[in-house]
Amino acid sequence: MFLTNVRRIARTGLMSFWRNGFVSLASVLVMIITLSVIGAIVFLNVLLETSLSAIKDKVDVNVYFVTNAAEEDILAVKSSLEQLPEVALVTYTSREQALENFRVRHENDQLTLRALDELGQNPLGAVLNIKAKEPSQYEGIAAFLENDSALSPNGASIVDKVNYFQNRAAIDKLSTIISAADKLGFGIMIALIVISVLITLNTVRLAIYISREEIAVMKLVGASNMYVRGPFLIIGMLYGAIAGMLTLILFLPITYWLGSASESFFIGINIFNYYLSNFGQIFLLIMLSGILIGAISSFLATKKYVNKV
Amino acid sequence: MIYFEKVSKVYNPDSVALEDVTFGIEPGEFVSIVGHSGAGKTTLLKMILAEERPSAGTVYFGSTDIHDLPRGDLHELRRKIGTIFQDFRLLPHMNVFENVAFSMEVAGRDDEEIESDVPHVLELVDLSHKAWNFPHELSGGEKQRVAIARAIVNQPDLLIADEPTGNLDPVSTYDIVQILKRINDLGTTVMLTTHNKGVIDELGKRVVTLEEGKIVRDDKHGQYVI
Repeated sequence: MFLTNVRRIARTGLMSFWRNGFVSLASVLVMIITLSVIGAIVFLNVLLETSLSAIKDKVDVNVYFVTNAAEEDILAVKSSLEQLPEVALVTYTSREQALENFRVRHENDQLTLRALDELGQNPLGAVLNIKAKEPSQYEGIAAFLENDSALSPNGASIVDKVNYFQNRAAIDKLSTIISAADKLGFGIMIALIVISVLITLNTVRLAIYISREEIAVMKLVGASNMYVRGPFLIIGMLYGAIAGMLTLILFLPITYWLGSASESFFIGINIFNYYLSNFGQIFLLIMLSGILIGAISSFLATKKYVNKV
Repeated sequence: MIYFEKVSKVYNPDSVALEDVTFGIEPGEFVSIVGHSGAGKTTLLKMILAEERPSAGTVYFGSTDIHDLPRGDLHELRRKIGTIFQDFRLLPHMNVFENVAFSMEVAGRDDEEIESDVPHVLELVDLSHKAWNFPHELSGGEKQRVAIARAIVNQPDLLIADEPTGNLDPVSTYDIVQILKRINDLGTTVMLTTHNKGVIDELGKRVVTLEEGKIVRDDKHGQYVI
């Protein structure tokens, strides 16, 4: 009997969905917009997160020494840095090497090179490049550099500058932007979900209104509340499922089109490939969101109106 | 089987639909309720279907207090009651067979039962030959017979007929009354409201007369007297 009822409820729901074609179409379209926004937010998040971690990965600390710092002092700093557990790699660039690098970098810039020759002596200091194992550990390394006595063997500091603090400002700013984008996206998503619940709610109300005679007769001959409400719940979930399918299909050309752009603009992630390789999770997310939004809308609509008819 | 105990219904102080109504209906009885429009007939029937709550008093179906039932159980009560109306209330996009079958589907009966029961009931109301017609292809009398078939197909304990002949010509009215009598003879309790003197006189069954919400007469073999 239960199965028979389920079959009958499903049939009535499908019939009603089909009979109210235009109204159904409107609901499905609105839901597609909502689900697209949910999907877009997922993609945006991935892009921003990957970019942030790629940038964090490129972060290192350069310690620039003053030009008259003795090489053995610098090497002493290097070896004490290498003792730190956080440090992955320390590279030493001597003054001569730094000058060579500079010349190579500016080989097309005659003006700068001539100015350098004019100077007669090497204006560049030696550099220690430090890479930490984790981006969060730079803080500690920077603190170490500030306090270490090896940096000022003769009372005066041999360090010209440490560039960590400039980078940190940029990283912090990026994190702020990403979290703001997250919040904004979340806000837009909530607003659109509310709107599509309202529109679906109205659609289902309309479907109920169209079937009011049937509902009156149903109640007259003793249909249980669930039997009356069931078909409308089916309609709502059907809206969600169809909208979900269409959204997932729609994402294919869109992500394909945006794929190469995203790859060059953001760092090293192609959203088309991301979409394909995470299809399972995105499928579940979009379909479940759609079905849930549809079911909630129908539930609210029938709660209020089926009892009144 | 139905018992009204000191039932009153007050919509507002100026309009009292029922006032201190007490009467009972035995199983298998055929009771007609007569009275002017606004005398409270329909309110009385709505209380049995739990569509209205009494302002005071209690309505029993068997030993159950109807208005004590939780909302979710009301459909169980309604399955024991068949109802027909002046305006038929058939579903226009379903044919005669489907209209009757719909009532069985809703009650959760399986397909085999539907296949075997619906033709029987259609035979009882003499509509077997119109099973595949749609409501708009039927006369008023035929529509009401479909409504009766739908009301009795689930074998209710009680059949409520709210002015079933109000829209019908004398010949159809006669048919309907005969069918109601036949259903009553088969053991179903019938409650009928009507304005039609001819119907009451033809039936020769119990008549309860309502006037301004009060029972003014209750005759075992009644005549239509207002």
